[in-house]
Amino acid sequence: MFIFNGLKTFSKGGIHPEENKLSADQPIQILPLPGSVSIPISQHIGTPAVPVVERGEQVKTGQVIAKTGGFVSANIHASISGKIAKISDEMDSSGYRRMAIMIRADKEEQWLDGIDNSGKLITGIPYSRDEILQKILNGGIVGMGGATFPSHIKLNIPKGKKADVLIINGVECEPYLTADHRLMIEKPEELIVGIRILMIALGVDKAILGIENNKPDAIEKISSLAGKEKGIQVVPLKVQYPQGGEKQLIKALIDREVPSGKLPIDVGTVVHNVGTTYAVYEAVLKNKPLIERIVTVTGKSVKNPGNFLTRIGSPVNALIEAAGGLPENTGKVISGGPMMGKALNDLDIPVTKGTSGILILDEKEAHRKASKVCIRCTKCVQVCPMGLEPFYLQNMTMRGNFDEIEANRILDCIECGSCSYICPSNRELLDYIRLGKSTVTNLIRERQRV
Amino acid sequence: METKLLTVSHSPHIHQVQSIPRIMYDVVIALLPALIFSVYVFGLGALMVTLAAVLSSLFFEYVIAKYIIKRKPDILDGSAIITGILLAFNVPSNLPIWIVVIGSFVAIGIGKMSFGGLGNNPFNPALVGRVFLLISFPVQMTTWPVPFQDRMSFADTVTGATPLSIIKEGIKNGESMTSLMKQIPSYTEFLIGSQAGSLGEISAFLLILGFLYLVYRKVITWHIPVTIIATMFIFSGILWLGNPEQNMDPIFHILTGGAMLGAIYMATDYVTSPMSIRGMYIYSVGIGVITILIRVFGAYPEGVSFAILILNAFVPLINKYVKPISFGEKVKNG
Ligand code: SF4
Ligand code: SF4
Repeated sequence: MFIFNGLKTFSKGGIHPEENKLSADQPIQILPLPGSVSIPISQHIGTPAVPVVERGEQVKTGQVIAKTGGFVSANIHASISGKIAKISDEMDSSGYRRMAIMIRADKEEQWLDGIDNSGKLITGIPYSRDEILQKILNGGIVGMGGATFPSHIKLNIPKGKKADVLIINGVECEPYLTADHRLMIEKPEELIVGIRILMIALGVDKAILGIENNKPDAIEKISSLAGKEKGIQVVPLKVQYPQGGEKQLIKALIDREVPSGKLPIDVGTVVHNVGTTYAVYEAVLKNKPLIERIVTVTGKSVKNPGNFLTRIGSPVNALIEAAGGLPENTGKVISGGPMMGKALNDLDIPVTKGTSGILILDEKEAHRKASKVCIRCTKCVQVCPMGLEPFYLQNMTMRGNFDEIEANRILDCIECGSCSYICPSNRELLDYIRLGKSTVTNLIRERQRV
Repeated sequence: METKLLTVSHSPHIHQVQSIPRIMYDVVIALLPALIFSVYVFGLGALMVTLAAVLSSLFFEYVIAKYIIKRKPDILDGSAIITGILLAFNVPSNLPIWIVVIGSFVAIGIGKMSFGGLGNNPFNPALVGRVFLLISFPVQMTTWPVPFQDRMSFADTVTGATPLSIIKEGIKNGESMTSLMKQIPSYTEFLIGSQAGSLGEISAFLLILGFLYLVYRKVITWHIPVTIIATMFIFSGILWLGNPEQNMDPIFHILTGGAMLGAIYMATDYVTSPMSIRGMYIYSVGIGVITILIRVFGAYPEGVSFAILILNAFVPLINKYVKPISFGEKVKNG
């Protein structure tokens, strides 16, 4: 790999799609409070939360409305104050109906006592490690980069393992998305405090924040603040997708490779996204649970692309209206970025903790080109950041040779989409690989049961 | 709000611009300078042979797809055009047209379509055509027009031997290397391209120019061509150091006899080369070594085509046993 400017990046595979960061210069705006919100009880990886409110009950902003439903789970809070209108199965971004709690707004918003919703910066951290973990658990914090893994579990290090460095993900490698970028520019002080909180929680004295080089303003701002802190280092990275993948980011920043089937903690680190770090700051020092997040609304056809501070449970429609309305020629609406996001078939679905952006593509951009034969150009192999052979995994999945794809480490695939993106024959590589992965996962489960 | 039908499909939702036709036409563009130069050196014959090869390749591709395989012909994807040009590049510029057409038929019909068309052929189609012609029409295929002679005529042109065959014959007849060197053009002339030889192989410089273009356009990577040329250079260099009176020096080997043409344009054919970088190294070293072995010890003065075809045959095996290094495989965690 040629490195011209000496910047760090991961070494295997990767692509560089058009960045299209249309909303990078748009300050974060507050989306007006919606008339009602619909809050799914499953916004995280793991067991859904269990509702603790009843229909007709009055709730305040920040009040717990559903409690963790198991070990891997997260609390859910009321994102507005009002009356519980219904608890029913509703469509969410997965395309399935799942339980959601609907709150109809009060005339005047009422916050739960003890929540500090002022913009005042707090820097002192008077809490122990356990207190911090408890506050993160209470606040319902999950990974906000898209993975939505409950944060308190990630910070709870299994016996016998040890972290020596905390990694903060400020990469935002998905094209179009700018929510993390804006956060780093507008809330750098809070982020630094958030990083310090996470360092205490992990028991490490070193943290590295990785930011791609296409955000020079964010790098500059945070670097100047981090310079005054002990143990926090900001590292600019060469722009390359999927650098925001945990394994790729760890490789790029500290040159360690997480082995197949293992977790970052196995190489002594834990990765948190900047959005999560900010939420941790608010939960720990301001007592404010995760009830809102920044969502980028963007697309070449969008009138006013922007970044909106949005209450969880607001309808996607409201965001699109705020950005100038749904363009006439819209072909596809995506929750998330263009590489890993989900296409929506319904615009009434709610924003959740993992919604990093809403991307609108026009009719022309929306359609895939027809797929042709594999010309064995090796491009998919070259770009795969996990060192897999996507063309082969597709072939073997099509033939039903599941032993072969398992042996060829199909489960290592991080579903980054680089292979499908690059294929000159427009092969549906990732679609088949997903199918292969889920089949292999089921087969392994079967095997373990026997 | 009125309901709107939205497209729902899986990620990724964006796709890069490079398509099969764009790749293929980039290869054509890369080959153009060498073609134009060849017309300049060898005259009209070069143009006619190339046109005949391209048109007949397109024709056979279309007819076989439509009437024999019975599937929608996709002749404009550019792959048949490339096979045609590469076939022409590998034959003398005064080859009778009917032989060129037979070559196209074998290349497309047997080399490519009989295996199911683009993506399925184990051997480089143009080389299949070329080797078939070499075996079937040995005289016509080794009668080389001399550069800058009779550029407007086609058939009765002045012919001469290629540098490789001059050397090979000379050594067999016991001539000394010093006297043989006087019979061949200088290395600068090799680089520019005034030597007898196949239509498209003569100008190493222009072929390398095309290589740089292909790498810049991300059509191919440097691995295969550079490894082949380096292997040829090192291996022939060892032989030369061992016995400079019997063996030509390494620079001669890489500048003549289709080394560049083969390494850059034939060995890199997507379908018939390995899928992993490590596999590419093995394949390329194999081609380099076998080329020199044939040139030095074999019956033919020229070895690249055979070497590539031989290694093509090993590609499935290489692909099976040589996998890319996967993430986390070589763990060196501090
Ligand atoms: S990128 Fe597409 S055409 Fe190329 S090898 Fe992979 S699947 Fe085949
Ligand atoms: S989606 Fe999976 S197979 Fe495709 S490039 Fe990404 S990691 Fe590799």
